[in-house]
Formats: sequence, C-alpha cells, structure tokens
Amino acid sequence: MNADTRAPRTRPDDGDAHDLVLDVRALPSFAFGHRSVMWWSTMGLMLIEGTVFAIAVMMVFYLRTRAPTWPMAADPPRLLWGTLNTVVLLVSLWPNQLAKNAAERGDRAKAALWLAVCLVASVAFLIIRGFEFAALNVSWYANAYGSVVWLLLGLHTTHLITDTVDTAVLALLLFTGPFEGKRLVDVSENAIYWYFVVLSWLPIYGVIYWVSRY
Amino acid sequence: MSDERNASYPVDGPHAEPAVRDALAATWSDPPGFIGMLCAVNHKTIARRFMVTTFVFFLLAGLFALAMRTQLARPDQRVIGPNLYNELFTMHGTTMMFLFAVPVMQAVAVYLVPLMIGARSIAFARMNAYAYWVFLFGGLLLFASLAVNTAPNAGWFSYVPLAGPDYSPNKGADIWAQMITFTELSGLLEAVVLITTIFKLRAPGMSLNRMPLFVWATLVTQFMVIFAMPSIMLCSTALILDRLVGTHFYNPVKGGDVLLWQHLFWFFGHPEVYLIFIPPLGFISSIIPTFARRPVFGYPAMVLSLIATAFLSFGLWVHHMFATNIPELGKSFFTAASLMIAIPSAIQIFCWIGTLWTGKLNLRVPLLFVLAFFFILVMGGMTGIMVASVPLDLQVHDTYFVIAHLHYVLLGGAVFPLFGAFFYWFPKFAGRMLDERLGKWQFWLFFIAFNVTFFPMHLLGLEGMPRRVWTYPHGLGWDGMNLTATIGAYAIALSVLLFIVNVVKSLRSDERAAADPWGAGTLEWSVPSPPPPHNFDAIPVVHGRDPLWEPPARPAFVAGLAADAREVLVTSVLDAQPDHRPMFPTPSIWPLASAVATTILFIGSIYTPWAIVWASLPVAVAMIGWFWPNRGENRLAVARERRP
Repeated sequence: MNADTRAPRTRPDDGDAHDLVLDVRALPSFAFGHRSVMWWSTMGLMLIEGTVFAIAVMMVFYLRTRAPTWPMAADPPRLLWGTLNTVVLLVSLWPNQLAKNAAERGDRAKAALWLAVCLVASVAFLIIRGFEFAALNVSWYANAYGSVVWLLLGLHTTHLITDTVDTAVLALLLFTGPFEGKRLVDVSENAIYWYFVVLSWLPIYGVIYWVSRY
Repeated sequence: MSDERNASYPVDGPHAEPAVRDALAATWSDPPGFIGMLCAVNHKTIARRFMVTTFVFFLLAGLFALAMRTQLARPDQRVIGPNLYNELFTMHGTTMMFLFAVPVMQAVAVYLVPLMIGARSIAFARMNAYAYWVFLFGGLLLFASLAVNTAPNAGWFSYVPLAGPDYSPNKGADIWAQMITFTELSGLLEAVVLITTIFKLRAPGMSLNRMPLFVWATLVTQFMVIFAMPSIMLCSTALILDRLVGTHFYNPVKGGDVLLWQHLFWFFGHPEVYLIFIPPLGFISSIIPTFARRPVFGYPAMVLSLIATAFLSFGLWVHHMFATNIPELGKSFFTAASLMIAIPSAIQIFCWIGTLWTGKLNLRVPLLFVLAFFFILVMGGMTGIMVASVPLDLQVHDTYFVIAHLHYVLLGGAVFPLFGAFFYWFPKFAGRMLDERLGKWQFWLFFIAFNVTFFPMHLLGLEGMPRRVWTYPHGLGWDGMNLTATIGAYAIALSVLLFIVNVVKSLRSDERAAADPWGAGTLEWSVPSPPPPHNFDAIPVVHGRDPLWEPPARPAFVAGLAADAREVLVTSVLDAQPDHRPMFPTPSIWPLASAVATTILFIGSIYTPWAIVWASLPVAVAMIGWFWPNRGENRLAVARERRP
C-alpha cells in the first residue's frame, strides 16, 4: 500500500499518536555485542563446539588411564610445527581485534582491510597445520592413541577451515557489497568466533604435544 | 517525532487500519505454490510439518512394536525371524527416541514459543527450516535402510563391540551412526534457535520472572541439548571412523575401550530422558492453571526445580552401567545422584497438587491426560528408585523389568502429557477443537491399555524374561502375561487410531475455534485460532505472568514496526526492554538446497571417506548462496537503516 497518497490526518496508524502505546520507531535497526541475536547464536555454537572439544579431551585422558604407556608404541609429536602454529594463531588475534574495533566504529574500509590480514594469517596456519599432521609420529590406524590424537587435531582443523571460509566470504562482501550496517555486526561476531578458535587451541595444543611427554 | 510520523511506509499499532493488518499478513506469509512450500520459513509452517513428521515416525515405530508383540504373543512362534526381530526392536527404539520423542518437543516449542512470548517470528527462521529438512532426510535415511534390508540391528544404543566392524559387517550400524549425525545436528540448531528466541524476542515487559513455565522448560531443555548432544555426535563419529577408516577407539586389541562407548553414549543418553521429560513438565504447568482456573502455585520453586533437574540429570549416566566393571565407589555416587533427582520432581508435583487443590477444576480431556501423568510417572519413578540401587539393578538388568520401567517413565512422562498438549493447543495448531467425547474414549482406552501392556512386564522381568529375545519356550510361566501384554498393545493401537479419527474429523468440520476457548491466561490465547502469519497485529506489552488474567495496564501495545517488511522488536535479556528492531530474512530455497547438500555429504561418507572432501564443496556453495545478500532486500535494508 502507498501511504504517501493519504493525507497525514488519516494515516492508518494515526490513532497511535497518544502515549498509550510504546512507540519503537526511534530504535536502531542493529546493535553490537550481546544486544544482537547474532551474538547469541555465535555463543550457542561456541558452547556446542566447546563441549565437543571438552569431551574429545576427556576421551584422551580416559584412554590414557587404560593404557600401560602413553603415547602407545609411538614417539610424542615433534614440537616445532605445533608450537609455531600456536604463535601464529596468537599473533592473529591482533588484526582480529583491530577488525572488530573498526567494525564497531562503523569503519567499513578498515574492517575489510583487517579481515583480509586475518585471512592471510589463516592461510598461513592451514599450511602449517599440514606439517603438524605429518609431525604427529603416528597414524590414525596404528592404535587408539593415534586415533584420538588425529581426532583432536582433525576437529580443530575443521574449525580452522570453516573460519577461513567464513572470513573470506565476509571480507569479499565488505569489498564488493551489497553492504548494509548489520554486516559490521557480522564482522564483530566473526572476530569473537576467531577468539574461540584460537583460545580453544591452547588446551588442545597442551593435550596433543605435552600430555604425551609427561 | 514528526519525521517518523511522515515515514513513507506503513507501520503497525493497536489502532491501525485493516489495511495495515493485511500488509502484515502479506509480509509474513510463505510464498504460494509448490516452490513456495519448499521455501517456507514461517515458524508455524515449519513447526506443523515438524510435528506431523515426528507423529508419522511415532506411528511407524508403534507398528514395529505391534509386530514384536504379535511375535511374542505365544511361546515358540515363528511369525518373525530372529534377524528381523533384531531390526524391529532397534528401529522401534531408535525411531521413538531420536525421531519422535526429542524432536517432537522442539517442534511444539517452535510453534508455541513465539506465540507465548509475543513475537512475530522465531529467531533465525531459515536455520529453523534447514534444521527441519536435515531432520526429515535423516529419518528417511533410516527408513530407507529398512526398505533395502540393511537396517541397523544392534539395539537403539548400538553397543560396541556388537555394533563394531567385527560383529556388524553390513552397513546397518553406519546408517544408524549417520542418522544420529543428522538428528543431532538438527536438534542442536533448534536449540540455538530457541534459546535466542527466548532470550531476545520477548515482548516488552516480559522479564525472565514473567515467562510462562513452558517457555522456561523449553529454555532449560535447549541448554541441556547443547551440553548433551555433542557427546553422542562424537561417539557415533568415532564408531563410524572405527568401521570405515580403521581407527581403534573401541578396539581393545589396539588400546581402545568398549566402555568408552557406554560412557559417551549415556552421558548423552541419560540427559536425553530429561530432554524428553522436561518439556512435558512445561505442558503440564500450562494445562493445570487453565483447568484449575488459578495461577500456578509456587512459580519460583517450579523454575528452580526445572533448573535443578537439568543439572542433576548430567550426574546420572553411570547408573546405566551398573552391570559393568566400574569401581564400587562410582556406583554408590551415581546411586545417590539418581535418588536426588527425585527431589526437584517432587517439588513440582507438590506445586501442581497445590494448584489443583486450591483451584476450581474443569475436568476436560487435557487435564485427564495430565492426571494420568501423575499416576503413571509416579509408578515409573518408584521402579526408577528400585533400578537405581545397584543390587536390585544387577538382578533385573536386561530384563523386561527395565522395559516396563522405561515405558512407564517415557509414556507417562512424555506421551500422556503430549496428547494432553495436542488437545489443549489444537485450536492454535489447526483452528478447530478436537472432539471431547472421542477424546475421553481415547484417554480411557489408552490409560487402561497402557497398564495392561506394561504392568505385566514388571512381573515378567522379575520372573527372569530377558529383553530382546525373539521368542521363548513354553513352560516358563511367561505365556499368560505375554499374551496379556500383546492384547494391551493392540488396544493402545486402537486408542491412537481414535486420536487420528478425531483429528481427521475435526479438520473436516467447518466449526472454527474461538481465540481463547479454555479461558487461559498466556499470550498465545490473545490471537485468533489459528494465528495469522504475523502472529500479533500489535505486539503486546506485558505486565504480569498471566497477561490475559491481569487487569489492563498502560501501555498495552507496541506501535511503529514496519508492516511491509519483516521487522521485529528485539528486547534485552533480563527485563525485556525494547532495544532495536532488525529485519528478519525472507523465505528462501537455500535452506532446502543446503540440507540436500548436507545429506549428500552425510550419506556419501557412509560409503567413502572421500565424500567428506568432495561433498563439502556443494555444502559450502549452498551456504554461501544462503548468506549472500539479495540486492532488492539490501536496498530496502539500507533505506530503513538506523545506526545505533
């Protein structure tokens, strides 16, 4: 319907001009942080995936209590690539936070730039992750130790891949459009998820590389 | 203010003209036609499909039970062979637990929660549609496996080593494991959808302590889903890896452990009982106040009991494993925890009794089903206390006593209240009432037949009849009780048939239900039956726990949401203060396309691990297509944008 053709007096919502209604027209159309529904879905996914990681870590310790030696019939994984990747992941938090800040300032150009830097970092740690698998010193079909280590590293790698794809698509959208304000909320949520992927790596790193040494 | 008054688009409000209402209905409708059906995202459309799908699975699983009871009616029968019998009890349990009991509760919640909290939509309507399609395809996979004779046959909890590569060489166990992946993915997404809806889309004024108890029950259940379902996804993934790529999670020869399966399965499996049981507590807390004609007694105690039940339910899983070699101290701990969970359940029962006692009873069909819940669930709870104690459990483990116990708990705790809920909310689902007389017939037949079927199973178990036997010899003293149970099973089938007749009759009648036929107090009864596509012509402002029973207060309604776009009001988490008004997505084919791609990935991976690699490409393409904004919608969003 076309409201412009009506005289203002007979607008369909004319009756609502008094204070008996709660007028919400002045409210913004998007918001950051826990005010937005996106934040809650990101939190939900993080809770789900955090539970998956926690249970996978419990599987490691359960199998370890049953095993006479740990690691079973294998050398512990080489530290080089895993440790290097941990450093790269931690460093990537810096451009990630800058992308988040830019988005919350409403600076589309800077947000796109820092997302692109994050993307470079994620390609870097996916390549290093390949070397990590090669440095595990055990295959998944050798024994239960190999199986669970591959499971843990594989689960985290799945998160790296999906987060890389998410970041790439979002960065592309910021560069090419169609753009609207709520995409800045998406950048902010993407940054929170990035924190999750990086910080959840730290206990997994400890379990894969150090629990098998002590 | 004046610039908004002259906005160039129609906005809603309590005094808006019928034209605004029509605009709202057109905005929130699903598109017409067959393609439109596949694009539907309205929460009521999806929830109706979801409920019908789960109910069809319920009927099929019931028919499997009937086939098993037919085989067991007499000793030494040869109606069904041992392998088919194994497939039948596996399919019966798997379908009832994974394709009916858990998802039906989410389906009902997807329908009712937005109506109860005064919202026009569920959060993430497209994800909700995707979750439905994934669930549907997972269920179809399981039934297709039965049709091509590779159905799983290791029982609904698929224990290793029986379900492992050595003892289940055919594809049945893989199909079972992937069906889990489908249904749990769907369940987890629904949990995120419902939690966000409940936290962020409540009408202004509906602070957490004014939420209807059904909404509380749903909220608590969805948090349990988030913490319980990852466990079974991981354990079924480990099983399929053992079977397909030669890992050794459950292979003791290579350092694996078969009890790991039981821990992971029951860490999900016991909370699952409460995923099935807590939403019905919400049904009951909705039905009792309406038919006792007073607000519920002890609201804070009810909410705290729901939360306590959820917490305690995660500390019980080992009581399914008393017959294994776990340490004695562990068994004592889990016995104590199992007894403790009776406390919050008892608190709720006392609050309901208090409500009924001080109310003026209106003895209609929904209330009858709730009263039956008290009787049957208390019976199931008593045998629950018995099997929670280690010495008794060792005696009756894997016997028909356990079968009797779990059916008393699950049918009494979930199916009886669910039928009550169908009768109660049917006007909202379908715009018509169900017939009261047929309903009473169904109720009494179901109630009597249920006890005729399952009560003798307690005795059969005590007499030593093991579960999952396809036949038994004459002369063990089991013949009469088995025949009785079979007669009861047929009578249950008849009662369910009466329900179907009632539904069909009601859908064919012209008589329409009123908006509030029961005189209830919550918001879903303030809108017509069935509700229009946009649920509320104007979003209500809430001033109490039972808004329709409260004296009028100001302001009564929200005004100013666009009528020509899917604008919704988002409020704050605790106090439901108006916060912002984002635009929600429109109907789309991408959720279905993504679900089809996901299905190809999951089913492909049963046959080759490489499917994980090549089939993830279409999934990624479909999901990026889903995310990428459409130019027309984008223009509208930019035009209406208002920065925080």
